[in-house]
Amino acid sequence: MDIFIQQVFNGLTIGSVYSLVALGLTLVYGILHIPNFAHGALYMLGAYITLTMMLLWGIHYWIAMAVSVLVVGLLGVLMDRLVFHPLRNAPPIHDKIAAIGILLFLEAFAQLIWGADYRTMETPYGQVVNLFGMTATTQRVLINIGAVVVMILLYLFLKKTYAGSTIIAMAQNREGASLVGINTSRVAMLTFMLSGGLAAVAASLSAPINLVFPGMGHLVILKAFVIIILGGMGSVPGAILGGYILGFTESLGATYISNDYKDIIAFLMLVIILSIKPKGLFSREGF
Amino acid sequence: MVSLLKNRGWIIGFIAAGVLFPFVLPNAYFLHILTLAFIWMIAVYGLNLLAGYTGYLSLAHAGFFAVGAYGLGLLTVKTGMNYWLALILACLITSAVGLVVGLVALRTREHFFAIYTLCVGYIIYLIIDKWDSLTGGVRGLIGIPEPSNIGPISFQTPISQYYLIFAFLLFTILVMYRIVHSLTGRTFIAIRNSEDLARTLGISTMKNKLMVFVLSAFFAGLAGALYASFIRFIGPDIGYITIIFDLLTYLLVGGIGTLAGPIVGTFLIVALSQSLQFLQDYRMLIFGPLLTLLIIFYPRGIAGAYHDWRLKRKSAQRTRPQKEQEYFETEESEKQVKEG
Amino acid sequence: MLMETKKLTKQFGGLTAVNDVDFTIEKGKINAIIGPNGAGKSTFFNLLSGTYTPSAGQVFYKGQDITKRPPDKIARLGVARTFQTTHLFEESTVLDNVIVGHRLRTSSNLWDAVFRTRRFKFEEKKCRDKAMEVLEFVELTHVMDEQAGSITQEEKKRVAFALALATDPEVVFLDEPTAGINPGETEGLASLMEKMVQRGITVCLIEHKMKMIMKLADKIMVLNYGEKIAEGTSEEIMNNQAVIEAYLGGGASA
Ligand SMILES: Nc1ncnc2c1ncn2[C@@H]1O[C@H](COP(=O)(O)OP(=O)(O)OP(=O)(O)O)[C@@H](O)[C@H]1O
Ligand SMILES: [Mg+2]
Repeated sequence: MDIFIQQVFNGLTIGSVYSLVALGLTLVYGILHIPNFAHGALYMLGAYITLTMMLLWGIHYWIAMAVSVLVVGLLGVLMDRLVFHPLRNAPPIHDKIAAIGILLFLEAFAQLIWGADYRTMETPYGQVVNLFGMTATTQRVLINIGAVVVMILLYLFLKKTYAGSTIIAMAQNREGASLVGINTSRVAMLTFMLSGGLAAVAASLSAPINLVFPGMGHLVILKAFVIIILGGMGSVPGAILGGYILGFTESLGATYISNDYKDIIAFLMLVIILSIKPKGLFSREGF
Repeated sequence: MVSLLKNRGWIIGFIAAGVLFPFVLPNAYFLHILTLAFIWMIAVYGLNLLAGYTGYLSLAHAGFFAVGAYGLGLLTVKTGMNYWLALILACLITSAVGLVVGLVALRTREHFFAIYTLCVGYIIYLIIDKWDSLTGGVRGLIGIPEPSNIGPISFQTPISQYYLIFAFLLFTILVMYRIVHSLTGRTFIAIRNSEDLARTLGISTMKNKLMVFVLSAFFAGLAGALYASFIRFIGPDIGYITIIFDLLTYLLVGGIGTLAGPIVGTFLIVALSQSLQFLQDYRMLIFGPLLTLLIIFYPRGIAGAYHDWRLKRKSAQRTRPQKEQEYFETEESEKQVKEG
Repeated sequence: MLMETKKLTKQFGGLTAVNDVDFTIEKGKINAIIGPNGAGKSTFFNLLSGTYTPSAGQVFYKGQDITKRPPDKIARLGVARTFQTTHLFEESTVLDNVIVGHRLRTSSNLWDAVFRTRRFKFEEKKCRDKAMEVLEFVELTHVMDEQAGSITQEEKKRVAFALALATDPEVVFLDEPTAGINPGETEGLASLMEKMVQRGITVCLIEHKMKMIMKLADKIMVLNYGEKIAEGTSEEIMNNQAVIEAYLGGGASA
């Protein structure tokens, strides 16, 4: 039973990170219908920037994270302006290839600057605490709390602010949104900003319990894709729910099935889903 | 059509260059690099038929490449099977894997297809990496034999391997050429153009897509198997996603959906990588933006740009007396069909 | 009576795009469907050609129930169509675009293509001849070797006709064939449709241009909010109260 509770907590922790990454991906997909393969690279850069701030200038973890969110967010905007905006009317295959190009570039860039080594991120929250009869580091607790806080903030932003409502309007109906006078390219930039920021938060929160290296985004982004297919491409609640579901499944799978193959679980899930429902779990009728 | 005859000229030139290269430049290193490039070209042709002509961007092809390579490697190393039999089996195994994957993947479209195949590629990689007892895991598979003799012909020297792989490349090109210039090829292009339209023209899209997918996997597998017996050592990383990115770069630079594209792109990029040796791991610093810029400004690559340029020139030349020439062109093309 | 629908219905989520429509398509006639934007006309076509599966109701072709058949099977029976937006392959020549239209009447496969068998040669020629024939029919032989991207809008519409005709159809469905085309050119397309009928091909079209429809069509059905509100000859339609309201009142049947 103890093991079970521990695994549930682990699942929550992993799930929080997955949800945050998937949220960024799903927002961009909802607005622009681009599967942004470069999102994993934003995640990786988020971790590196936080790490560099902390190591180089001794900046506090939270401040470093804030800077990272800003920088990666702006990078997202830059990506939109330089690449996705010019491609907005191109055939869908082009966006994907362009995104892959960006991914390759950013990874090589990270490797050039920071090298290919695996690095660890030390935070002030390494101590162990006891919670409901199980042990966890403060960092893990912080991941959970941090993710929930970010999700609530995102929710408030989308529901309560004008800028947020333009995002929702555009996700629901692109033509309609531009007809009622919403500046769609501004919304696109805003969405990329949010998406990059979310990736940076996710990476900075989880880096202390994982490792930081140029390829760290690969598995995460693949899983995030599985999640948004699971939760419905473009759906915000779907991304959150899907993230936690995958987190739990993996955590329990690692304990009760096989640790070696736990990464396959996500992909098998996807294979099964798409075998049954080729347009994803929550596809709308028609297209 | 005149362009067809011109194509013939290009093809004969390419064959001559390939055959003569080892005599003109007898350099073991270049020979090795070029042989490798030929192997990649075969895989890129496979990818091109699917992504370029049918419009389905598969990211599982590194996985199929690895299936072909490990298929051949395991069959020859673990069971001691005859090389040629193993080669055929490896291709068939890859096709079978392609069939199974395709049956599900092709029910999805566009983004779902790309994501799905990306995940399939990753699953294949993970299986190879983790299934230690069969594949040797990260340590890889060593001691893969070179192609065994066919009668008096042996394939022990690098030159003979070069010619063998060149022959396979020519075979691939021939098959591709004939498919693309046929009703079957037109059917694929119609699917790429608009699947709904193709279906209302009476084309069974699923059947055709599945055919392309399997064929495309077959060539990826063939390339993988040739790679295994050429390098004679394989590790899980030949199935990693970076390989599919390499293949895509070759295809896009050369020209997606063109027949010359895979050769042009692979050759150029491989040559460029060799001269940028110092960049090694950082080559993506250049190729990444290159890929992105190409897709924005020259989505059909070098071959596509050349094609457009020629068309433009042709239509600029087009004047009244040309009608006559047009007449001859159509007659010629009709003859072409009759002759085959 | 060539085709018939019985209580044909299509729902998209909560929206009923086509609602309980009974319609018959008369053989050898020009049948027209009119209605305001979003009335469900294109959806109705998509149901007949198999592109969408109906939520309820049936479709019959020569008495045969084809409700659940996929579009490629329906096309092989002799039902062809054009789309509201033409999807030509712009980088190919007009002729190359049309050749594939006859593909469904051939059976050569990968094997034939790779080994260039006799069947391959025979069928390649057959499709090319067919393409020439229909291009001649739609009067486009002069642009046959142009790139499809470089021809005029009206010529593109004609290519779409040619593509549909290349399938050897008994009935063609034309979705707004004259949208975005000037009046003179519209006349030309109208006479082309008449020419099709003279060749024994049944025509069914969606159109917004009233004057043209009233002159051209033997039979008209009016859709509004997915429902059939009227059916009959030009005169009957022109004097129908419900139709007048739908067009002037902008939502009488709601
Ligand atoms: N694939 C789809 N998914 C969801 N709704 C759809 C789909 N296709 C059509 N609709 C809806 O069904 C209704 C009917 O659309 P349809 O295209 O059939 O109209 P139409 O009569 O052809 O209009 P128009 O004259 O503008 O072409 C519209 O409200 C449209 O939004
Ligand atoms: Mg319509």
